[in-house]
Amino acid sequence: MSLVNSLSIDGKEVQFTPGETVLSAASRAGIEIPHLCAMDWACKPEAACRMCLVELEGMPRLQTSCTLEAKDGQKVRTRSPRVQAVRRNIVELLIANHPGDCLTCARNQNCELAQVASELGVRERRYRGLKKNHALDLSSPALVRDPNKCILCGRCVAVCHQVQGVGAIDFIDRGIKTRVGPGFHDGINVSNCIFCGQCTRVCPTAALMEKSQVDAVVAALADPNAIVVAQIAPAVPATLMENAQASSVRSMLLRLATALKRVGFGAVFDTGFAADLTIMEEVSELIRRVQTGGPLPMFTSCSPGWIQYVEKYRPDLIPHLSTCKSPQQMAAALIKDVYPKHRDLGGKRLVCVSLMPCTAKKVEASELGDVDFVLTTREIDELLVRYGIDLNKVTELGTLDAPFSSASGAGRLFGGTGGVMEAAIRTAHKMLTGSELAGGFKVEEARGLEGIKCFSLDVGGTTLNFGIVNGLGRLKPILDPLSKGASNLHFIEVMTCPGGCIGGGGQPYDSDPEDIRVRLERLYDADRRSTLKVSHDNAEVQEIYAEMLGKPLGEISHHLLHRSYVDRRAEET
Amino acid sequence: MQASNLIAACCNRCTHRPGNPCRDLVRCLAEGPICHSDDACAKTRQERMANARRGGQGTLIFVGAGTCGRANGSTKVIARIGAFLQEHKISAEIVEVGCVGYCQRELFVDVQKPGEPRLAYADINLGNIDQLLEAVFVREEMRNGFLYGRHGDGGAAWADIPEINTTDFFKKQVKVVLRNAGIVDPRILDAALAAGAFAAAAKAVCTMTPEEVCNEVLAAGLRGRGGAGFPTGQKWNIARQTPRAQKYLICNADEGDPGAFMDRAVLESDPFFVIEGMLIAAYAIGASKGYIYCRAEYPLAVERLTSAIEQCRRVGLLGTNILGSLFSFDITIKQGAGAFVCGEETAILASIEGGRGMPRPRPPYPAVSGLFGKPTVLNNVETLANVPVIINRGAEYFQNLGLGKAAGTKVFALSGAIRNTGLVEVPVGIKLRTIIYDIGGGALPGHKFKAVQIGGPSGGCIPEQHLDTVTDYADLIQLGAMMGSGGMVVMDERTCMVDVARYFMEFIRNESCGKCTPCREGTTRMLEILTSITERPVGDEERRLERFRGVLHLQELASTVKEASLCGLGQSAGNPVLSTLRFFRDEYERHVIDQRCPSGECQGLAVYEVDNATCLGCLLCKKACPSGAIVGERKQAHYILVDKCVGCGSCVTACPKHSIHLVSEERACV
Amino acid sequence: MCQVDQIIAGHEELGKEHLIPILQEIQAKEGYLSQAAMNKVADATGVPQSRVYGVATFYNQFRFAPKGTHVIEVCRGTACHVKQSLKLAQHLTRKLNLKPNGNSPDNKFTIITVACLGACSIAPVIKLDGEFYGHLDVEKLDRLLDEAVQGESHASK
Repeated sequence: MSLVNSLSIDGKEVQFTPGETVLSAASRAGIEIPHLCAMDWACKPEAACRMCLVELEGMPRLQTSCTLEAKDGQKVRTRSPRVQAVRRNIVELLIANHPGDCLTCARNQNCELAQVASELGVRERRYRGLKKNHALDLSSPALVRDPNKCILCGRCVAVCHQVQGVGAIDFIDRGIKTRVGPGFHDGINVSNCIFCGQCTRVCPTAALMEKSQVDAVVAALADPNAIVVAQIAPAVPATLMENAQASSVRSMLLRLATALKRVGFGAVFDTGFAADLTIMEEVSELIRRVQTGGPLPMFTSCSPGWIQYVEKYRPDLIPHLSTCKSPQQMAAALIKDVYPKHRDLGGKRLVCVSLMPCTAKKVEASELGDVDFVLTTREIDELLVRYGIDLNKVTELGTLDAPFSSASGAGRLFGGTGGVMEAAIRTAHKMLTGSELAGGFKVEEARGLEGIKCFSLDVGGTTLNFGIVNGLGRLKPILDPLSKGASNLHFIEVMTCPGGCIGGGGQPYDSDPEDIRVRLERLYDADRRSTLKVSHDNAEVQEIYAEMLGKPLGEISHHLLHRSYVDRRAEET
Repeated sequence: MQASNLIAACCNRCTHRPGNPCRDLVRCLAEGPICHSDDACAKTRQERMANARRGGQGTLIFVGAGTCGRANGSTKVIARIGAFLQEHKISAEIVEVGCVGYCQRELFVDVQKPGEPRLAYADINLGNIDQLLEAVFVREEMRNGFLYGRHGDGGAAWADIPEINTTDFFKKQVKVVLRNAGIVDPRILDAALAAGAFAAAAKAVCTMTPEEVCNEVLAAGLRGRGGAGFPTGQKWNIARQTPRAQKYLICNADEGDPGAFMDRAVLESDPFFVIEGMLIAAYAIGASKGYIYCRAEYPLAVERLTSAIEQCRRVGLLGTNILGSLFSFDITIKQGAGAFVCGEETAILASIEGGRGMPRPRPPYPAVSGLFGKPTVLNNVETLANVPVIINRGAEYFQNLGLGKAAGTKVFALSGAIRNTGLVEVPVGIKLRTIIYDIGGGALPGHKFKAVQIGGPSGGCIPEQHLDTVTDYADLIQLGAMMGSGGMVVMDERTCMVDVARYFMEFIRNESCGKCTPCREGTTRMLEILTSITERPVGDEERRLERFRGVLHLQELASTVKEASLCGLGQSAGNPVLSTLRFFRDEYERHVIDQRCPSGECQGLAVYEVDNATCLGCLLCKKACPSGAIVGERKQAHYILVDKCVGCGSCVTACPKHSIHLVSEERACV
Repeated sequence: MCQVDQIIAGHEELGKEHLIPILQEIQAKEGYLSQAAMNKVADATGVPQSRVYGVATFYNQFRFAPKGTHVIEVCRGTACHVKQSLKLAQHLTRKLNLKPNGNSPDNKFTIITVACLGACSIAPVIKLDGEFYGHLDVEKLDRLLDEAVQGESHASK
């Protein structure tokens, strides 16, 4: 008996949602059809790799399941001998034009090509011939391109153009000479790339990777003349929880702190502290602009991909950017300035490592200094493995170090889209009205994964209009009115990556929309559990102001915690 | 650009204007006036029509000036004719026409004196044009050594001269698509109108519903002439029945098969009929906008089309409210930029939209969602040129043109090692043998037919024993070839079939768009394998083994590429290899096992031999040899070791006595 | 550079759809596509720089280095191939010491390979500076090159 909206896949009755592809329906039913170019989210399938071919009864030709619309009564076979033979030959063809350095390749544990080769039982290289021989692109601090490992799946191009709306790389030349790269023969460093790293996250091989700083961190940890400290971004523990069976963000954070100290870090700080600090500065800046007439709207400045975008594509928006540094940079500036006064370093140099879900942070660090190394979430795994540490087995809850150890629930929210806004609104309410936001501090309008959220709030008699964007491909509706001088928004939070930092370019490879949704929920949970809800009540933040900074936007703040921007459009040839 | 004389008003009672189009416009040209009755007007119209049909007044000199005509020097010949006429104070008009199809005998220069039939003279060039002109104009010798035949009836006085269509090359042809090529001036609307252009469009737009038009074309059995052979009427119906406000019609003029130039000839020689075909197609599907996607390598075609479109716009045959109906249609020309894959439907869409010409997965099919996401029909030039004929003469007429179950005619571009090269139009279903021997004249003198390649890079090679196969879609596919666009290249014993496979694979590999893995990587590997067996693996045991291994893989690779590729280019990439393997397996075996090329064409397997009778024993060849393949001592006969020879030929150049020759088995017996 | 500006100004609408025609016009005027020209087109059409380059490099027609004084198109169509056009192409590459972009080092000649010129009846065919020459062999080809350099080019078959 067959149900409505069901088809047969390998003899199993599978339900589908009308409009869904066979690939998607199969995946939800636990039947994985090998695929190398389809992404389960976002972009339209191009059917380029041909791996997902299946037999459809009644059709003489094989069909790509990534484009085949599921229909009632279909009979599909995904692993018949005919299909497997073709699939295997395709993998053999890919291998024939692929380097053979798997043993020393940075993705030898999680390369999708190696995985399908293994699945299909490919045990010899049958086709021999000319292999491609392109130059490596090591030009940028954030990303490394190795076009020789590229299987031309097109995921990076699709993400860069369609999801991020940037289009820094594209297919070049034709046929067997095809390669992916920025225009001309440039390195990515002089292109329009914003280093968001979404391409590295979707790349199935080691063709696109973050520039690893694991070796450098290991060397620093081994250096007897260095004290290495770490700061951890809010999105990181919310992500590491996936595999580590932690019950809360905080417990994951503390277990990570244990692991890091075991490895040799001299101190572990919470970037969330700096998030609270950022709120103090940024909300003060917003209020000043609202009261003195602009420039408005003001954009957040914590997402370095967004900053790159403005500097390279829209330098006219520079006056609208908040002058606040990002939490990573604020934390690092204070770490370098304050921490030596807080603890006797014994003449050793201070090395600051930040743990981020983001590849663009590497560029930000190289431009603004104070941060010595940035490790993406993926690199954290690699680092711990170097020392034989399995985070799942680390159960001891460690400690974070003063004076940058605490973060409010608001600061924790920074890791996801809408988080900065919600934190800002909580503090803005207090600063403008003198009283706290009612209703348990939640700003429901800021929550959720929608690409664009716009809403207004009455804050003590003033109506303020807010906008939130995640994923730069969605900027247009926000920026267009601005170009025409018709925007009525006061404050806009822009996060480069879909979902915010939890969907960042440095996050685990197999993140899908469901993973991102779950991570966001964890951040909300962390906020709920936290007794400290607002940035302005963070005692360590208050102390920094009392002892050093004075008031937000004061002279020392200006010097340590604020930055300027550069018009980079003129830099391209 | 001259205004249309035929469409000009016959008197001030004519109401037609582009802004106020008359639905009887086209009928009126031949049968008019229709809106009023007047003998004088009728006479005016008849005179104009007769003039236009003739091609002009007075003495006319027609010169074949399509691309192949220009390749044969037509531009300079035309200049010389002009100079001659001036020198001799002869009054005559020079008319540039397109290609009559008999490329072997180009240039054709036709002369029509008042009261005389139009006479065709062949094999004209800059070297002999003066002789022709002297004969025809000074000595009045119409019958001379250059005379080929007569166009049309001239009465008893000219009966001794054969009518063109009765000559060997033309008598088995059925000219439908090419009926005006080389005859009618392709540059002016009046000439086309006089030849009947836009009568079918008027009939369709003014008296038929779109559904009726689609079904007439469906009933006629017209199949896509670009290669795939999909029933045209069916494609139109799908688009017609997809409800969207904006639809598009695209004429695929990206004829990329090497050795195919049928579409080019039609576009250069008869552009107005192609436009008419587009108009009818657009009406049938409900498209208001059309594109002609034409190769950049066809600048003359683009020029003729641009002018033709402009002339049609001026008189209201393109634009809004065509012929007084609610139907509006206009055409933009888009030039290809040099990519064979852009002959594929979805690749054209990508290219017109401004991107890389990379095909897209189907479904959705273009007829449902195509250009900019709207329903789009893409038709080949030849397909569209057939449409006015179907509307004018009916589905049954078109059906009966073909032989057996087939419908209509097909234009083939016949070239290669054959006596008569050119464009031939024959009924679909005619035997290959008829085309090659009766029309083509068979192999070149002193040589032997070996194979005919049909369908270009997607097609296959057919040997002598299968020449009784009919040229119909299914029959050719059975033989591992395909109808393709119509390129037909004849090969004789001097052609190496392995090299043919390699040549086409190289072409496909160069033209692969690179999007899908099997085509991009598979064609490269197949090319490497094919190249390796056309070379001798000197001094490299690994390569020797590789050649064998490679050939074993060929079949599997070809099969994977066929099964798994995204578009037709990849899906048919293996055809030349598979077809030559099927019919010429012995040649492959000689290449792989014996390391010999029977036809002598593969340089890498060349066998050189020293003629001991004339060899001086001077050691010069031995010194010149880069691979130490020559043995011999001073004053003793030298020998070439075939196993070490790389076939470079340096020894041949070095030998002072010309004692070293290339040995080829086939050449040896000619 | 004002030629590129003029070409861009000549288009009422500037979008992705106009990219290829604009590039074709620029190449027709300037003989090739320079990086600067492509950047201008990217700015004017709103198409990312990488895509302008990606589209331009896809098609055979576009060149990225200026052409030499004389341009030779060698036909490699089937009929010409059967009549040994490959030998002509190889001869030119060797004799003129061609660089990968098809230019001779002294920039006197640019050799372009064309899939089919459509003049199969006079195979093997080349086009030299726009003029067809058929029924060629290596000797005739060498003579044509010499004549081109000497500034004369006779019509020969």
